[in-house]
Amino acid sequence: MLYAFLCCHDEAVVNSWTKIEDDAVLAKRHKVTEKLAARGKLGPALRLMPTTAATTVRMGREPVVLDGPFAETKEALLGFYLIECASLEEAIAIAKDIGRDEHVTFEIRPVKLFLPQGVAS
Amino acid sequence: MTDISWIDPVLRAARPQVVGALTRYFRDLDQAEEAFQESCLRALKNWPVNGPPRDPAAWLILVGRNVALDDVRRRAKSAPLPADDAISDLGDAEADLADRLDNSHYRDDVLRLLFICCHPDLPAVQQIALALRIVSGLTVKEIARAFLVGDAAMEQRITRAKSRVACADVPFEAPGSAERAERLGAVAAMIYLIFNEGYAASGGTQHLRAPLCEEAIRLARLLLTLYPGEPEIMGLTALLLLQHARAAARLDADGSIVLLDDQDRRLWDRDLIAEGLALIEKAERHRRAGPYQLQAAIAGVHARAAKADDTSWADIDRLYGALERLQPSPVVTLNRAVAVSKAQGAAAALALIEPLAEPLAGYFHFYGVRGGLLMQLGRADEARVAFDRAIALAHTPAEAAHIRLHLDRLMKQGATGMTSNGRKSF
Repeated sequence: MLYAFLCCHDEAVVNSWTKIEDDAVLAKRHKVTEKLAARGKLGPALRLMPTTAATTVRMGREPVVLDGPFAETKEALLGFYLIECASLEEAIAIAKDIGRDEHVTFEIRPVKLFLPQGVAS
Repeated sequence: MTDISWIDPVLRAARPQVVGALTRYFRDLDQAEEAFQESCLRALKNWPVNGPPRDPAAWLILVGRNVALDDVRRRAKSAPLPADDAISDLGDAEADLADRLDNSHYRDDVLRLLFICCHPDLPAVQQIALALRIVSGLTVKEIARAFLVGDAAMEQRITRAKSRVACADVPFEAPGSAERAERLGAVAAMIYLIFNEGYAASGGTQHLRAPLCEEAIRLARLLLTLYPGEPEIMGLTALLLLQHARAAARLDADGSIVLLDDQDRRLWDRDLIAEGLALIEKAERHRRAGPYQLQAAIAGVHARAAKADDTSWADIDRLYGALERLQPSPVVTLNRAVAVSKAQGAAAALALIEPLAEPLAGYFHFYGVRGGLLMQLGRADEARVAFDRAIALAHTPAEAAHIRLHLDRLMKQGATGMTSNGRKSF
């Protein structure tokens, strides 16, 4: 099953990383995702800009456009991976592997619909 | 896990909020800082064992407050010292405090702390030093290095600044909207100053001061997190990101300034540029142009040009025109003149800056630009006079070296057919 690995982290902390610390985290994760890619398990992955770059559109009778992220929480969604996993157990193991030595939180959510080209069949 | 390197960024990130809250609580900066230090020490002991608390800032505030209260009691000798593990399990109390630390309080605490540092009685350098010490938590040594002064001198400067703001009357009640806007403006200006301290660095000092730019960006993002709907704060953040994006291309191997036109644009940081442009777009939706937004938009025009020749100088001229109307200043006119020289030629630009000779009589860039324009027009003797004046007014060896390059070219090649490089690097 395809899983989304949602990376949730205290954004202020991530913003406080030095460039060196940031690069080190990416390099460490890359080692893990590289192996997943080699086994054909890794789908698209992305890192989001800071939530200060976000705009929220809330639909209703009158759509409201707000500056900032959907939820003003300490832990923000900062990016995600899509990974094909044989089981939840494997997904959990992969999350532990990617997040090793970090204080990140992964929300592992099975994917219901995936449209790589953005076109519904 | 024995590695505790993860704790440092957490403490760094929590610092503005925690010191801000403790300052409100104690109404005393020194006491707030001491309490913060103490709570950090406890965090370093406690967190590796118990893991990070759900809300590190709330944990630190609560511990800092308790520690200070214990301290008061200890001094009063009225109560025995509490056991250290009495504060190790803060579960419920922490959650409770986190709930009470609602966003508006948090916002005002951080803004107040920043605002205290930009007290108008303090010279700019002291404001910056104080903010770096108190809000950012840089050590005196780090700040001294960034300002290229000795530790003792910086220590003294910060102490003096602190005692000055200690007498200042900063109200601790939640500010009204007009006052909040005023504070926000002052704080934005100070963050810009911090950035400029790092940005103006050159030569051998650049690597020492670049962290100031990164710190300014962090503070700008923090401010924008607190006030996500303020277009000028978006503009400020965008401006810093776009300028910092060019850092790697701004100085050559010898530490000499490389002007915008000559920079290797492949060295520009595309991530920072993308974020800056995204913020400009967000800000524009508000249709409330301001100085930071306009300056960011100007930087954005440069950032969008794949090579120097692609730069839309008409757009830059128009944006500087808008900035001039909003905030008339000879320096802005001088900058517009550079765009005018590109779009309409050196003669038009020279006419534009003629009236600036008096107000900018002591300004390095004025003579740099003037010399460049004169050189383009083939008026070599006058150009030489302007360049000589520029060298006399240069602040850094790199600035002077850059002007000397022009003088050398004048000497070697004569003045005809030259293109100008005498503009300000943005």
